[in-house]
Amino acid sequence: MSERIDVRRTAKLFIAGAFPRSESGRTYEVNDHLGAFVANAALASRKDARDAVVAARAAFPKWSAATAYNRGQVLYRVAELLEGRVEQFVSEVRAAEGVTAKRATAQVTAAIDRWVWYAGWADKYAQVVGSSNPVAGPYFNFSVPEPTGVVAILAPQESSLLGLVSTLAPVLASGNAAVVVAARLMPLPAVSLTEVLATSDVPAGVVNLLTGSADEIGPWLASHAAVNAIDLAGADEDLAIILEREAAGTLKRVLRPTREDWKTDPGLQRLSQWVEIKTVWHPIGG
Amino acid sequence: MQVTPSLAPPDSAALLGVGSSQTDLRRFLHSLPGVDQVGAEARVAALGTRSIKTTAKAYAIDLAIRMVDLTTLEGSDTPGKVAALCAKARRPDPTDNSAPSVAAVCVYNDLVGIARQHLAGSEVRVAAVATAFPSGRASRSVRLLDTSEAVAAGADEIDMVIDRGAFLSGAYSKVFDDVVAVKAACGTAHLKVILETGELQTYDNVRRASWLAMLAGADFIKTSTGKIAPAATLPVTLVMLEAVRDFRAATGRIIGVKPAGGIRTTKDAIKYLVLVNETVGDDWLTPALFRFGASSLLNDLLLQRQKLSTGHYSGPDYVTLD
Repeated sequence: MSERIDVRRTAKLFIAGAFPRSESGRTYEVNDHLGAFVANAALASRKDARDAVVAARAAFPKWSAATAYNRGQVLYRVAELLEGRVEQFVSEVRAAEGVTAKRATAQVTAAIDRWVWYAGWADKYAQVVGSSNPVAGPYFNFSVPEPTGVVAILAPQESSLLGLVSTLAPVLASGNAAVVVAARLMPLPAVSLTEVLATSDVPAGVVNLLTGSADEIGPWLASHAAVNAIDLAGADEDLAIILEREAAGTLKRVLRPTREDWKTDPGLQRLSQWVEIKTVWHPIGG
Repeated sequence: MQVTPSLAPPDSAALLGVGSSQTDLRRFLHSLPGVDQVGAEARVAALGTRSIKTTAKAYAIDLAIRMVDLTTLEGSDTPGKVAALCAKARRPDPTDNSAPSVAAVCVYNDLVGIARQHLAGSEVRVAAVATAFPSGRASRSVRLLDTSEAVAAGADEIDMVIDRGAFLSGAYSKVFDDVVAVKAACGTAHLKVILETGELQTYDNVRRASWLAMLAGADFIKTSTGKIAPAATLPVTLVMLEAVRDFRAATGRIIGVKPAGGIRTTKDAIKYLVLVNETVGDDWLTPALFRFGASSLLNDLLLQRQKLSTGHYSGPDYVTLD
């Protein structure tokens, strides 16, 4: 019997629910922590970013209009699917980050737990972030959070799965659509996550993934008028300054790099970051 | 060469020696060569890969904006919506003075007066769909009245539909006489004849209908009402452009072409412009001879225009909703 030939992987982008190669045709080599070749990944261009934003923009109305309860259910189902692929994620995290099996397993389970945690918040955070306000008149006065729109996420460079989930899940839980730029040197867990999302009930276009360089794609996302907010978690100091300046042109919400320890309890900071507070006055007895 | 769309000489059919009887028309239309379907589709696919960038793209976008017939043909149209559309037609991008106006606003008959009023003092023309649009299923007297009322209300251009049932059943002289009669009712208004290619089944029929409309005095031939899918497609437009080219060669008369419906992106619009340039030449790259019947296309053109002028991508929050 002849030797079996390797099935080599070329990691694709994830745009509008499909897995296209980069429009530019470019790829780059992904290596493990020792420098050994693992796979080729698509090197996204500005036009891929453009397409991803168009897809996210198109997906946003339906996703944001879904009931919070439904969003929570859909996100919980993603966690169910992640649970079935723990082994794959553990091996990818190990290869990428060079950690022990035990630590990789801890990271993957923490990521799934975090996804469930955010899924649970989907229909609860509004009670915490919103409020009923005291006013001097015969009115009810409510402040309620609404999703801001399309959020660009530069995923953390140092935490290939937990960092990604910690930045992506809150964006989705509050009803936004996302365009994610994966960690450049370790994109494979992110690509595998999109393969999970594609088979879950998250509508096509709600999550879009670009693999490649945040330095190259970031400025196009930051200046893009159809992007409403940007998370700079994966940008270094210099890039963050550039992107903040670009984002100012269209008054985006910007979350500067927080350098947080992804293993700690995230709190509601990220969940309340990507919303607009709408306050309504309603006459009493009117 | 100076090119202006000529008023139809009533004898263009006679010029070709084609009588207006059923037998004569049938003999002529069925003697037209058949369309090579595979060839037409391959041709537009090849032309669709042309890369139009930077200054050429900027030129194409502005040209396409000037060619847009900004259209609203809904049962829910209101005077307010038409007023908003007219404001947009005059000044498509309020943030940028250099964006040109569109060619025309296209509305139903009863809203022509409103459009006329809101477009006063501008170059933007008023087009009205008439003749029992979109089906064309009414008696000739009703269709003519529809036309003359639109003209009386101030329409510069009339978009008529042909009776596809008559065409498909081979009653060419009925279609011919309809067009001749509507042309007469138009007076000085330009007549665009809608073939509704989505209902004509074959490219051969599209070619025959194009010739029939041109022989009967159309100033423009237009693909579709926008109410039937498929609406305008590149191969159909290619067939119509070839008919227009051949008609010019045969009679010297220059007829315009208007694809309408289903053209939503700048990329699509540029493909059409490439097709025009490569099929009939740049004589036709003018709003007087080529139009886009569209509503959402204009927004995409404006977004691409903003991208070119500002250097960053624009978004749907920066143009009107419709």
